[in-house]
Amino acid sequence: MTDVTLAELCIFACSEAFRNNGEIIATGVGPVPRLAASLAKLTHSPELMMTDGECYLVEQPVPLGPRKYDDRKAAGYLPFSRFFDAAVWTGRRHAMVTPTQIDRFGQINLSQLGGTHQQPKTQMLGVRGFPGNTIYHPNSFFFPSHTTRVFVAGEVDMVSGVGYNPAKRVPGGNYSAVSLRSIVTNLCVMDFGGPDNAVRVVSLHPGVTFAQVQEATGFDLIDAVAGETALPGAEELAIIASLDPHNIRAGAIKDNPLARIPA
Amino acid sequence: MLDKRMTPAEIVGQLSDGMTLGIGGWGPRRKPMALVREVLRSDLKDLTIVAYGGADVGMLCAAGKVKKLVFAFVSLDAIPLEPWFRKAREAGQIEVLELDEGMFQWGLKAAAFQLPFLPTRVGLGTDLAELGGLKTVQSPYADGETLIAMPALKLDAALLHVNRSDWRGNIHAFGPDVYYDEWFARAAAKTYVSCEELVDKMEDHYADQAQANIVERAFISGVTHIPCGAHPSSMPPAYGWDMKAFKAYTDAAKDPGDWNAVKDRFVGANEADYLAGFGGKEAVAALPLPIF
Repeated sequence: MTDVTLAELCIFACSEAFRNNGEIIATGVGPVPRLAASLAKLTHSPELMMTDGECYLVEQPVPLGPRKYDDRKAAGYLPFSRFFDAAVWTGRRHAMVTPTQIDRFGQINLSQLGGTHQQPKTQMLGVRGFPGNTIYHPNSFFFPSHTTRVFVAGEVDMVSGVGYNPAKRVPGGNYSAVSLRSIVTNLCVMDFGGPDNAVRVVSLHPGVTFAQVQEATGFDLIDAVAGETALPGAEELAIIASLDPHNIRAGAIKDNPLARIPA
Repeated sequence: MLDKRMTPAEIVGQLSDGMTLGIGGWGPRRKPMALVREVLRSDLKDLTIVAYGGADVGMLCAAGKVKKLVFAFVSLDAIPLEPWFRKAREAGQIEVLELDEGMFQWGLKAAAFQLPFLPTRVGLGTDLAELGGLKTVQSPYADGETLIAMPALKLDAALLHVNRSDWRGNIHAFGPDVYYDEWFARAAAKTYVSCEELVDKMEDHYADQAQANIVERAFISGVTHIPCGAHPSSMPPAYGWDMKAFKAYTDAAKDPGDWNAVKDRFVGANEADYLAGFGGKEAVAALPLPIF
């Protein structure tokens, strides 16, 4: 199939992160992660739980974009007012998010770039729920643009999420639930399966080389490439299309390239 | 006094310079914006603001009211980066205590329970503890675990916007999610609410909806009736957020981004004046509820 887009390939690859997670809240923030969680629920992992993007738990994932307010069918309720009690601080969640920076330890930053904490050069959102998410439940990441600005050399400018950096771990703390799973980018799929949780490349998207990925990364990667990242099949593509009727995914990766450049 | 009705100006008259003020709602949702606008019309200064921040925080920063901000994020959702908050931060204009969203509500709960802190794992392994001067404690039990001692976020006052209240402060809050409004109220020495609908005795009108009473009236010190009082934030089920207004507010922050030159539009001399600039109550009532 030559007309699969790179965004669709990424959605399919991201959905694998939610396989065999059990009855947990699957949260995908942003179009690609959200479609991925929904695709996982509608294919290999119906046991996943998710919200409508607001506070109702739905068994039928809600599509992206404009729709009627009451289109969702609520099967349960999970408002922010009990989100920490029920989902985050009990570890019953797996979130896939897109921080602004990530480093070789899996430390992530969504808060600020450059300058000082008193006067950052660029203020972003703030740490949001990243510190709690990362110490309590599994997390995965999607990056639409794999560059050294995202995959930084050294450490992120502000550590908003717990990684595997031993120097950052206050002795006596309980880090047993820290679990960074998958990193999907526009170039490849990576994980933290190397020695001391070092980042490895486990599959390359069609036409991408390991050297290209290394070039776009600010730290050393381990080559554990087992093959080419799998393309979604007709069934998955149809589900993705039904979950994204306004084709919002077309804007997820710059210029919306195809997954495989036609020969 | 059991009759807690006040004017917005009387409520703001209860606040003073240097106070720690909690603001309910979440980002662009359920914000007591009319009361925030009343603060913006006042001479109050040097405030410590504690909020899951949206345009409330942005406006107070832009107006130079904020000495210190306690926050986990400041965002307008569809416009992820709050423009006036960014300007204040990038100018180094405010002190901050940056927290995780969960730690934040934990700090409100510590204050509500009159505890100095509550222990949590959250924050370990990140920069938060060092930047915020947060200390650790060790479990006295066999596990000996080291935990962050999240300090109580004690509020001198909290502001909330609710769907309905009676004059004794029996409030009802509807909508799919009421966030941490009840904990802002319990963490505060005084809580002032604005409401979409004011009734005399709640039990005479809505006895069958008592489950919407998210916080007990002992925690409510003042009540004021301000329909559309959350605009431009959302107030389900009454109205959605006004993304056009947020867009205009965001555009106004671009160069030169002088708050004094644009504040009349976003604050107004009074609420009627303010609302008229956005099409009046009818236009607000017609704003569709947001879809996520």
